[in-house]
Amino acid sequence: MSAVGAKHPYIESLLRGYEMPRSGISWLNERRAQALERANALTVPTTRDEEWRFTDITPLTRVQFQPAAGAPRPAMADLSRFIVPEAAARLVFVDGAFAPALSVTAGLPQGVVVSPLAAALDAHAWEIEPHLARHAEYEREVFIALNTAHLRDGAFVRIARNRSHPAPVQIIHVSTRKEAAAYPRCLVIAEAGAECTLIEDYAGLGDAVYFNDAVTEIVAGEGACVRHVRLQRESGGAFHIATCAASLARNARYVSHTITLGARLSRFNLNVVQQGEGAEIEMDGLALISGRQLADTHSLMDHARPSGRCQQAHRCIVGGAAHAVFNGKIVVRPGAQLTDSAQQSRNLLLSDRARVDTKPQLEIFADDVKCAHGATVGQLDPEQVFYLRSRGLSTERARSLLTYAFAAELIDRIPVPSLVERLEETVLAQTQGNERA
Amino acid sequence: MIRADAKVLLEVKGLRARVSGVEILKGIDLKVAAGEVHAIMGRNGSGKSTFAKALAGHPAYEVSGGTARFEGRDVFDMAPEERARAGLFLGFQYPVEIPGVSNSAFLRLAYNTVQAARGREELDPLEFDDYAREKMKLLDMDPAFLDRSVNEGFSGGEKKRNEILQMALLEPRVAILDETDSGLDIDALRVVAHGVNRLATPGNAVVLVTHYQRMLGYIVPDYVHVMEGGRIVKTGGKALAEELEARGYDWVRAAA
Repeated sequence: MSAVGAKHPYIESLLRGYEMPRSGISWLNERRAQALERANALTVPTTRDEEWRFTDITPLTRVQFQPAAGAPRPAMADLSRFIVPEAAARLVFVDGAFAPALSVTAGLPQGVVVSPLAAALDAHAWEIEPHLARHAEYEREVFIALNTAHLRDGAFVRIARNRSHPAPVQIIHVSTRKEAAAYPRCLVIAEAGAECTLIEDYAGLGDAVYFNDAVTEIVAGEGACVRHVRLQRESGGAFHIATCAASLARNARYVSHTITLGARLSRFNLNVVQQGEGAEIEMDGLALISGRQLADTHSLMDHARPSGRCQQAHRCIVGGAAHAVFNGKIVVRPGAQLTDSAQQSRNLLLSDRARVDTKPQLEIFADDVKCAHGATVGQLDPEQVFYLRSRGLSTERARSLLTYAFAAELIDRIPVPSLVERLEETVLAQTQGNERA
Repeated sequence: MIRADAKVLLEVKGLRARVSGVEILKGIDLKVAAGEVHAIMGRNGSGKSTFAKALAGHPAYEVSGGTARFEGRDVFDMAPEERARAGLFLGFQYPVEIPGVSNSAFLRLAYNTVQAARGREELDPLEFDDYAREKMKLLDMDPAFLDRSVNEGFSGGEKKRNEILQMALLEPRVAILDETDSGLDIDALRVVAHGVNRLATPGNAVVLVTHYQRMLGYIVPDYVHVMEGGRIVKTGGKALAEELEARGYDWVRAAA
């Protein structure tokens, strides 16, 4: 199928040479066809769209991206710095394609499936069909539509009912090719009472300009618990636009840690829908950017049912002439009584050219709820700086230590010790670098 | 201990200081020699804490007149960190919480920075841990405080112990302890005072800034100075503190 008729030349360029992935699975073919239709119909967002007010994607539309194919495969040694030793299973994708030689899926306990999506489609179709492309709304969002139209493989994680899989599952998307566009996809299903930890890692090798358009769907059944660590450490020239849609059943628990370090321009939408009563959500977000980076996080906490609890903490550390954007939307639907939702946005500006736009957005349609939000934008606390100086630390050292601490507070909550350690080293190196800059 | 031949460590003359443009200190004179313990007393608002913070170099306190020399060096010519490295220590009345920085990392960084400035050996994390635990015994502190964030969630008494722990680690020549007794219950007061006594040597000096006499029951001062309206209005021996406790500050004002 060709993509003739796309509204925007940019979308047209992304769909050039597009061939509908062939599969014998009719429901999947249908969803891809619908997504393609939407990709052709939807417009590319501009800063005139409220949802994209601060994020100008013009630089992205200036690069002619090709679908990634036939890329050179990195060796295991290139990946070693990304690998989390605690992980029991690992799926590695290189420029969007599954790399079996770099992945580990053997020896998992019964009830735990970690597999490339394409390979799972036959055996697990009945589990996948109700969820794949059912939570991330390709009907409304052009980048989700593009991803879904290109959907042929991805990561699939399923934890069976009442199974606990404490060791993390790591999914690494490595990008190596210049001007390649890839469409990473992930589906995680934690059945009722199941527990798992997912580490999603987007990493760039080298400094290539490439584009990742990623979609992740997470489904947590009744009483299930999903811990989700998301690392975005793309190369400095990369574009990264992604959506994670999480759907939570009754009393489910979703704990997310989103760390944004890389990419020239990144946009992450985290959409969490509380479909059942009493779900519990924790959302931590940290963006640490400098130079001319732009990092935009849009979160949506949709309390569609009563008695949900959500704690959200978003922090940005912005150096150089970088620009951070945070839009935190909380919706409390009619009837979602006894919702308790709190959002905090704290931002540190390390230079006078750094910029942050932060906006809470509360839409509350129930009366017996508790919703709190707060936002601060500022420099380091002078009392803390003085305290450290009074103990002999130079101003620069005091400032970098406090900047580090601001990030470390959120990093410390990541449930994977080796990641905590490595991320804190990264942050320390970067904060000290910022101080010198 | 007053010794006629003791070296003068800190000498303040005619010190004036302002906060937000308002003059708080209106000419302070103070001479502190090695081996001495001084107490600066006075009612709230008399300028005691301003004096302590101005000497430590808090940026909100603007020195508008007078001089201060610390071991011969001009204090106001030194950045706060230089004063700390040279051995001038301020124990904070309200120690600042620093979430995200472990107490052990902070203490080690401070210790090693000061050691390096003094041309002495730095310690690696394991060595420092042993060293810090040893010092913590002096203050009856649980080693678990090393793993917590700096002062975060500490009770008032725990924060004050942590201040004295820093004094123990950084080995200042002059320690100015700003209201270290406030917020301490009687047991904690005894422990903290005992720790300060153990740290006092013939080579260093302690300046206690306090509102009440009760700490002076444990740390016996050689000199007691009474501040009033940004000046030292009376100086005496330890008996002066007892007299203040019995008769109140109005009596000094009337006598001054």
